[in-house]
Amino acid sequence: MAVLLLAALVIGSMGCSSTEDFTKLASSEGRLRVATTTSLYDTGLWTYLEPKFEKEYDIELDVISAGSGAALTYGRNGDVDVLTVHSRSDELKFISDNYGVGRVWFAYNYFLIVGPESDPAGLKGLTPEAAFKKLYENPGIGKFVSRGDNSGTHSKEKAIWKSAGYSDYNAMKAVAIADGWYIDAGKGMGDTLTMANEKQAYTLADEGTFLAVKSGKDLVPIIDTGSILLNVYSVIVCTKSTKQTEAQWMVDFLTSDEIQEIIGNYGKSTYGKSLFIPCAGEAEPTS
Amino acid sequence: LAVIWEALKEAIHLIVSLDPTVMDITWRSLRVSGASTILAALVCIPIGGLISFRSFPGKRFLLNMIQTLYSVPTVCVGLFVYLMISRSGPLGGLGWVFTPTAMVLGQALLITPIMIGMTVSALSGVDKTIKDTTLSLGASEAQAIWAIIKEARFAMGTGLILGFGRAISEVGTAMILGGNIAGYTRVLTTAIALEATKGDFAIPLALGIVLLCVALVIAVTVNVVQQRR
Repeated sequence: MAVLLLAALVIGSMGCSSTEDFTKLASSEGRLRVATTTSLYDTGLWTYLEPKFEKEYDIELDVISAGSGAALTYGRNGDVDVLTVHSRSDELKFISDNYGVGRVWFAYNYFLIVGPESDPAGLKGLTPEAAFKKLYENPGIGKFVSRGDNSGTHSKEKAIWKSAGYSDYNAMKAVAIADGWYIDAGKGMGDTLTMANEKQAYTLADEGTFLAVKSGKDLVPIIDTGSILLNVYSVIVCTKSTKQTEAQWMVDFLTSDEIQEIIGNYGKSTYGKSLFIPCAGEAEPTS
Repeated sequence: LAVIWEALKEAIHLIVSLDPTVMDITWRSLRVSGASTILAALVCIPIGGLISFRSFPGKRFLLNMIQTLYSVPTVCVGLFVYLMISRSGPLGGLGWVFTPTAMVLGQALLITPIMIGMTVSALSGVDKTIKDTTLSLGASEAQAIWAIIKEARFAMGTGLILGFGRAISEVGTAMILGGNIAGYTRVLTTAIALEATKGDFAIPLALGIVLLCVALVIAVTVNVVQQRR
């Protein structure tokens, strides 16, 4: 009897409202899904844009924040309709594999190599490639925390290693880890910054997240110039999406004059500078 | 350690001010994990009853297997269910991925081993003569199991609370299957994980305190219901 009563009580208090809501919320019908790289979410940009999109197009928008690698996987599996990502080579592969309709860039900024203010390895003034090389050839002068999570930032790090002459990233990494200065975190940007902060290490961070989150607050930008540090955000409609029209709305939305201006001004009042530079309709930024 | 004091103040503030976002997230946590506990209980109590009631070859092995699954990593359960319900998976047509339904399913599956195991151990604590007495009085097997379950209600209640506790405190399946969508699939644990990655530690700790308050209410409710018998 007690069990019956208990079950009735629990179902009564929660079950009813949940069945009612869940039939309405149970499936993804009538909702548009965007998978985004974490930097566009952790900076608060998506939270800011979401209600504007919903109001303009009268549709529920679900924003799923994941690393660019995970976002592309969701797109490949047909679980999301549209992506906002920043991992050029992975994006080009995604499109050449016919998972994406086209790649439309809408904003950019730069990656930064951040580190302790004292700059123990003396990287200031070097190019990104020279800085990586210096860390590698003088093991122990400075630690480096890698995202190690197949995110867009991680693939940028690999691109810098490659450009610095280390074409086999895994071989480089194995030596660097054995030498004890390279830390493969396997974490998101915020956690990686926290770890670099704790270990007084260098790391590669996107400018937006670095400015917007509290993690890594004792770190400062050490290297902020070099064309390889360019960070371009694009929107891609997924081929497997059953909502091609609605997904195209997202491309129209992000590249519209109004939203481009909002993106260009985003963060100005809080951080003293814009977190993103709008670039829709222009040639793809190259430096 | 000032951050802990700050978190405590933040938690009290969030609860007292009935912060709408926090209330919404808390209510969703309660609904998702409550529904998954009920779903799991509806399946696990009869199964546990049967396992406990009958003797069959391999019973000990089966129980060992169930106990092993107590340790299944939440992320693995999440990934398994994701592969099942992803659009490119066998149940993709249902469109369940990144919905509260998917979270309920994942959490229910996650706590199934614990709920079955707790049912079996709760029932094994009941005097064996009850089974024989009810059967000799002409009860069916189902009626006899029910009589024993009633007898073991305190231990069963503990099992329910344990299952609910594992469901509401886990983050792996909720994150993978729900996607942490604000206002839709964001629950307390996924909100905690998100805020913690942003390096703000007071808010996640405060949300943790809110979660424990929910657990307290549930535990007290279950106990009150048991006592009223």
